[in-house]
Amino acid sequence: MGMDLLRFSTAGSVDDGKSTLIGRLLFDTKTIFEDQLEAVQKATLKRGQQGVDLALLTDGLRAEREQGITIDVAYRYFATPRRKFIIADTPGHIQYTRNMVTGASTAQVAVILVDARNGVVEQTCRHAFISTLLGIKNLVVAVNKMDLVDYDEEAFNRVVADFEDFSSRLESAQIQYIPVSALHGDNVVERSRNMTWYEGPALLYHLETIHVAGDNSVDARFPVQWVIRPQTEGFEDFRGYAGKVTGGVFRPGDDVVVMPSGFTTKITGIHMMGRDLEEAYSPMSVVMTLADDIDVGRGSLICKPQNQPEQSQDLDAMLCWFSPTSQLSRGQKLVLRHTTRDVKVVVQEVLYKVDVNTLHRSEDDPTLALNDVGRVKLRTSEPLYADPYRRNRSTGSLILVDPRTNDTVAAGMLRG
Amino acid sequence: MLREVVAQFDRPAILFSGGKDSMVVVHLARKAFWPAKCPFPLVHIDTGHNFPETIAFRDDLVARHGFGLVVGSVQQSIDEGRVEEEKGPLASRNALQSVTLLDTIEAHDIDCAIGGARRDEEKARAKERFFSHRNEFGQWDPRNQRPELWDLYNGRKRPGEHFRVFPLSNWTEMDVWQYVKRERIELPTLYFSHQRDVVKRKGLWFAITDFMPLQPGEESARKTVRFRTIGDATCTGAVESVASDIDDIIAEVAAARVTERGGRADDQRSEAAMEDRKREGYF
Repeated sequence: MGMDLLRFSTAGSVDDGKSTLIGRLLFDTKTIFEDQLEAVQKATLKRGQQGVDLALLTDGLRAEREQGITIDVAYRYFATPRRKFIIADTPGHIQYTRNMVTGASTAQVAVILVDARNGVVEQTCRHAFISTLLGIKNLVVAVNKMDLVDYDEEAFNRVVADFEDFSSRLESAQIQYIPVSALHGDNVVERSRNMTWYEGPALLYHLETIHVAGDNSVDARFPVQWVIRPQTEGFEDFRGYAGKVTGGVFRPGDDVVVMPSGFTTKITGIHMMGRDLEEAYSPMSVVMTLADDIDVGRGSLICKPQNQPEQSQDLDAMLCWFSPTSQLSRGQKLVLRHTTRDVKVVVQEVLYKVDVNTLHRSEDDPTLALNDVGRVKLRTSEPLYADPYRRNRSTGSLILVDPRTNDTVAAGMLRG
Repeated sequence: MLREVVAQFDRPAILFSGGKDSMVVVHLARKAFWPAKCPFPLVHIDTGHNFPETIAFRDDLVARHGFGLVVGSVQQSIDEGRVEEEKGPLASRNALQSVTLLDTIEAHDIDCAIGGARRDEEKARAKERFFSHRNEFGQWDPRNQRPELWDLYNGRKRPGEHFRVFPLSNWTEMDVWQYVKRERIELPTLYFSHQRDVVKRKGLWFAITDFMPLQPGEESARKTVRFRTIGDATCTGAVESVASDIDDIIAEVAAARVTERGGRADDQRSEAAMEDRKREGYF
């Protein structure tokens, strides 16, 4: 509480040792408790292995433990005196791109694991591409299993060169390369004595000290979640608008405009359970009161007159398709959720599909299937008030829901 | 998130145990809708084996803030033959709660049950969604969950299905205690150290109560203890502790080497005990 929080995602191939790396971070920061360790020791023995299989700490579901793979995104928590951390641990295998997207959607940093023996593989590229597509500006390439290449600097440099070559085609991001051995702990929490040639930070120190830019602080955005009319004693005339600030700063006295009505008014108060605040900024959840009794409801957006988002029914978005049972195609009708609104949407056109491994664009297939990523034109039943995703992750993101199954079938990032 | 619940569901309710996590959820709900009243009633699944302190605390809270209260009784489920009681000294009504809970949800037409579960508590809970879908049988299908991106929550469902919502998913035990301190949230006295007659079973200290009497050959001891989690008295172990206020507890949590659920006999039944109970509709 009050302490700096960093959210990062991890991904790697089945045998890159990702779970071992996380287990190592938790173990070496003393986040693992004695009873958990005992349970893992028991479980390791039961599987006929020696020692402590740190991967068993993170694979929570029965099927995962039986198959030795991670199926779903698992969230892990640890803290050091410098920072709190939330890890979104996402499975690496090919069919789970959707989990990678999910984990990356709330992460500020992506830790990408590469097996030093295998170098940069398709999986590495996919994770890097998805991370930057989801707006992550800081990548850490952890070159793991350095113990199996005799801690050789050349092996590390080869990975760096290959990744540099690939990443030049991605949205720009800061990249830190770190040679590690998750199994033995080299450069995870403690700096390695086996790789004196490496002068950079250990992984944990890097994560503790990395500077991540905050949410958009320029464009003031307040999507209204709920109208609060208590009609109780002392609050007979109270009419407040509850929501979470997703960008910029709001202060009492500010002129604001409410979309979609377009009316302009002033903020008279910003409240949080009886306290009057002097300002509200992202990601604070507050209640605002306005000077005029104008039409404001769930789905309205409060912003500043001189800085309004774009209003449009025609959307241009990068979509990731999640459904194993259906495909996205032209003319399809779905429900789109954006901030606090649901609107109907029809698919106009699939402009192109991106091969997430090679970044190659193909224009000859007008559909998106499970784990496909593509650029799509959509038309909504009502205008959205939206920003490009790269400007605001909240007002620039959307999900699509199939009204027949109620499943979340796609995630989208608005372009522009 | 709680405002999303009100907007997306017709009859949501808070699952209330009297424990610190559910107290934090109650506090967040009051905060989210202030100055309006908390729009959720509290649902308490009473195993009949609760500590009297928990029940008194619940009734006081409900009276002070004017919450609605729905009590689901495990005793009634037993009397009606819906479930069968376990036997033996380590018998617990904990697993039986799932049936009572699902019956209560159905009887009151609750379409969203808000719980205080946290992902850091247990490995199966680490895979839980904020908005977690339950089919018409109240079951959880961990392999077929909806992806959850940004803070866009999809609570759409068919008739008969319901949701569990976990606003504290990303909180840790320490976060909860620090929040309890910052917001001055009141908790049952069980959390703070007190003198109590206890008995050691399977390495854990249990309170001696009417429904958990001393077995032949066992010896009771008078200890200074407190509880790290509050559940059914038959499966919630006490820890020896002199932590008598929030600051003491925060210091104790920071130094702890055993998880809070390490005192829960119900989790120690098998490697996947929690996942199995959750699939059947447990909290």
